[in-house]
Amino acid sequence: MELALQAKGITKRFPGVLANDHVNFGLVQGEIHALLGENGAGKSTLMNILYGLYQPDEGQIFVDGVELQFASPHDAIKHGIGMVHQHFMLVPPLTVTENIILGQESTSINGRPASQLSILQRRKAAQRIRDLSHQYKLDVDPEAYVRDLPVGAQQRVEIVKALYRSADLLILDEPTAVLTPQEADDLFIIMRGLAKQGKSIVFITHKLREVFAVADTISVMRAGKMVGTVSPAEATSESLAALMVGREVILQVDKTAAHPGQPILTVTSLHVRDDRQHMAVNDVSFDVRSGEILGIAGVQGNGQSELTEALTGLRHVHSGKVAILDTDTTHVMPREIIEVGVAHIPEDRQKHGLVLSFPVRDNLALCTYYRSPFAQGIEVKYPVLERNAEELINTFDIRTPSAETPVGSLSGGNQQKVIVARELTRAVKLVIANQPTRGLDVGSIEFIHKRIVQARERGAAVLLISAELDEIMSLSDRIAVMYKGSILDIVDARTATREQLGLLMAGVKAQK
Amino acid sequence: MSQSASTAATTRLSSVRQLKGRWWVTALFSLFLAVAAWMLLNLIIGGQCQGECVVGTLAQTLRVATPIAFAAFCGVLCERSGVVDIGIEGKMLMAAMVAYAVNLFAFQALKGSMGEQAAGDLSRWLAVILGALSAVILAALHAVVSIEFKTNQIITGTVVNILALGLTGFLYRQFLAENLPAGPGTFPIFNVPVLSQIPVIGPIFFQQKPLTYMMLISALLIHYVLFYTPWGLRTRAVGEHPRAADTLGIGVYRIRYVNVLAGGLIAGLAGVWFTIEGVDVFNPMMTNGLGFIGLAAMIFGKWNPFGALIGALIFGLGTSVTSTVSIFRPDIPSQIPQMLPYLLTIIVLTGVVGRAVPPAADGEPYVK
Repeated sequence: MELALQAKGITKRFPGVLANDHVNFGLVQGEIHALLGENGAGKSTLMNILYGLYQPDEGQIFVDGVELQFASPHDAIKHGIGMVHQHFMLVPPLTVTENIILGQESTSINGRPASQLSILQRRKAAQRIRDLSHQYKLDVDPEAYVRDLPVGAQQRVEIVKALYRSADLLILDEPTAVLTPQEADDLFIIMRGLAKQGKSIVFITHKLREVFAVADTISVMRAGKMVGTVSPAEATSESLAALMVGREVILQVDKTAAHPGQPILTVTSLHVRDDRQHMAVNDVSFDVRSGEILGIAGVQGNGQSELTEALTGLRHVHSGKVAILDTDTTHVMPREIIEVGVAHIPEDRQKHGLVLSFPVRDNLALCTYYRSPFAQGIEVKYPVLERNAEELINTFDIRTPSAETPVGSLSGGNQQKVIVARELTRAVKLVIANQPTRGLDVGSIEFIHKRIVQARERGAAVLLISAELDEIMSLSDRIAVMYKGSILDIVDARTATREQLGLLMAGVKAQK
Repeated sequence: MSQSASTAATTRLSSVRQLKGRWWVTALFSLFLAVAAWMLLNLIIGGQCQGECVVGTLAQTLRVATPIAFAAFCGVLCERSGVVDIGIEGKMLMAAMVAYAVNLFAFQALKGSMGEQAAGDLSRWLAVILGALSAVILAALHAVVSIEFKTNQIITGTVVNILALGLTGFLYRQFLAENLPAGPGTFPIFNVPVLSQIPVIGPIFFQQKPLTYMMLISALLIHYVLFYTPWGLRTRAVGEHPRAADTLGIGVYRIRYVNVLAGGLIAGLAGVWFTIEGVDVFNPMMTNGLGFIGLAAMIFGKWNPFGALIGALIFGLGTSVTSTVSIFRPDIPSQIPQMLPYLLTIIVLTGVVGRAVPPAADGEPYVK
């Protein structure tokens, strides 16, 4: 069989890491090939090599049987390879047309390449974009500004951008990470349409469900190695997960039935503005009881960040009321909220959760350093901090060379463990966790999920915010869905279905 | 489908709204300011500024706005590509001194062989070119250090300012302070044929000196390049999201280099204006902060050349009203009206004219 793209023995070393270890990869023309693996398994490195962003230390790349070397993405584009990056490479203040033609603006005048100071052929380009959009059913408006488009539409712009450059081979890097389940299904339809018209697609993901939904072939990477290539017919979720992680994984979270007690957190018609002064949280009311996990589902950017920040005192509340037990915490400083008994696992662990240049020891006491036994008067008792750190490093299995190591040099999973250790070992009544497992490997996810469930069993109320529907569904007792700043509905997790939640996440409220 | 159509409609609506916000507000605001300035002026000088005095003040406005506008254009070019340049002031000072010296000494060397008239013309243009090139050299310094070596651009810009201040001060003391021969003077006024005869418009726009015309033409040219050419599209993309441009095979560093150097050339013209078009002397620190006022004009104009021009004209108006006041009311201490342009700068920078959003990658070195 003729391979559209083949990589042989690709090896790539970064300082201290072997990112790709003699990786072989083959893509058949017209197929959708899923590349599965955990974060850090080397999927993105491999694809960045195939797209010319990195140069391999060893190995060969063949396109249609011809060996090639890519010095830059420019070379890869020339040979018909297009990539849709996980973080879109679009310029928000420019129009769709401008974004698509960027770098490829003027074709040529009478066979000679046109000058960069010649006039832009916007109208001609827009027509070609409309044609492509029509041919592949992509529904892209060339005149729109990218900053006004929803994420799903931006992704289609990225696909058109690749097709505009005559790509025959598309690399989609975690394309569903930012989509609702319905949007993801729409994307799969588009992908199948593209494959039917002869395009070959590499689809990078770590979500098992999606692999079965769309892939013709599945390759699995682990720790820089290609560990297997199978067809979806002969694979199961369990076998793929075991391949990904290298051991048997429990995909289901073990938890007992909830015994909700009194309400711990009560939020009443909360309004919060975002940085651009738009009402990001609009009339939100809910409560979380002790001993239960309330999950807040929703596509990123629907007000979850602002809600979390308002609840933890990091953002000004426009109107409404937040109460924790009997204390009104609507307009108090974050420290007072902490002292009432709130644990916060922030969305951006590096920006809001840790002081990266401080040692693990100090980061483990960021909420309590000023109190006995860590401090006496104005003096910090470092030996006590030291002992506290050793203890937590052991119980939470934080992999660090020492308690003195700057927390910034730990891996993402261990950084998150530092936060979890700090927040959940205090006597807390309420846990607010925003995206607690984003970007972590399966092992760390398992660990953190277990700790969150433990907190619930100790009688704490847990507010879990996540864009990963699977995480919400497996942990929560009740599920609230947030859409454009409002809570559309709160449903019982035992009866909720993925389809029902997906529709809510897209803003469609079921008729009762 | 219907949902996407409505999205497209709101998109178009919002872009229209933005256009309105940009041009109508700015234009109306400037008109209002001009009328307010005129009324205030007459209030102070007892209604003596009518007819010819108004035309004269406006012509003066355009004249003194020229270096501010050039400085603002330099800022627009650099910052649209993502490089902050606060060294405009220094480049202007350097260009002003180099141009002054070239004008003076080239004239001495040439006047024997080709007559005073021709020697004057030639040496003035030579001064424009070499003056601007001296600013390009400083821009190259800023470019190499901040693009290649990724230093903090504010610090590099400050270094350029201090360097220019020290260098021009030193050279002035050594060579230009005393015992100077007579020079050819500044550019004569060039009346544009026909157009200069139009009443009101003629004296304001078409009885000016060459650099003022060049400034107006550059506004058009920069607008065309930024918004209608591939180069401009790439420049804007690099200033907003350099990595996106990089993934499409666009050389981020090359784009930034060329824009910073072109900006340096234009800042050079701003400096040359002082000694070849403004007055026939060079003084240390004669640019007097106009480079920074140019940056304020750029922010006022939301990083668009025409907006920056309007901003520069408002500052120019402040200056020219000041000088009219001092003619009619010599009893008012001149320092008080002279504060006006700087007060305007502060007001503009506090965002009275609506919040201006700089290019997203402005000031951030790009690490590949």
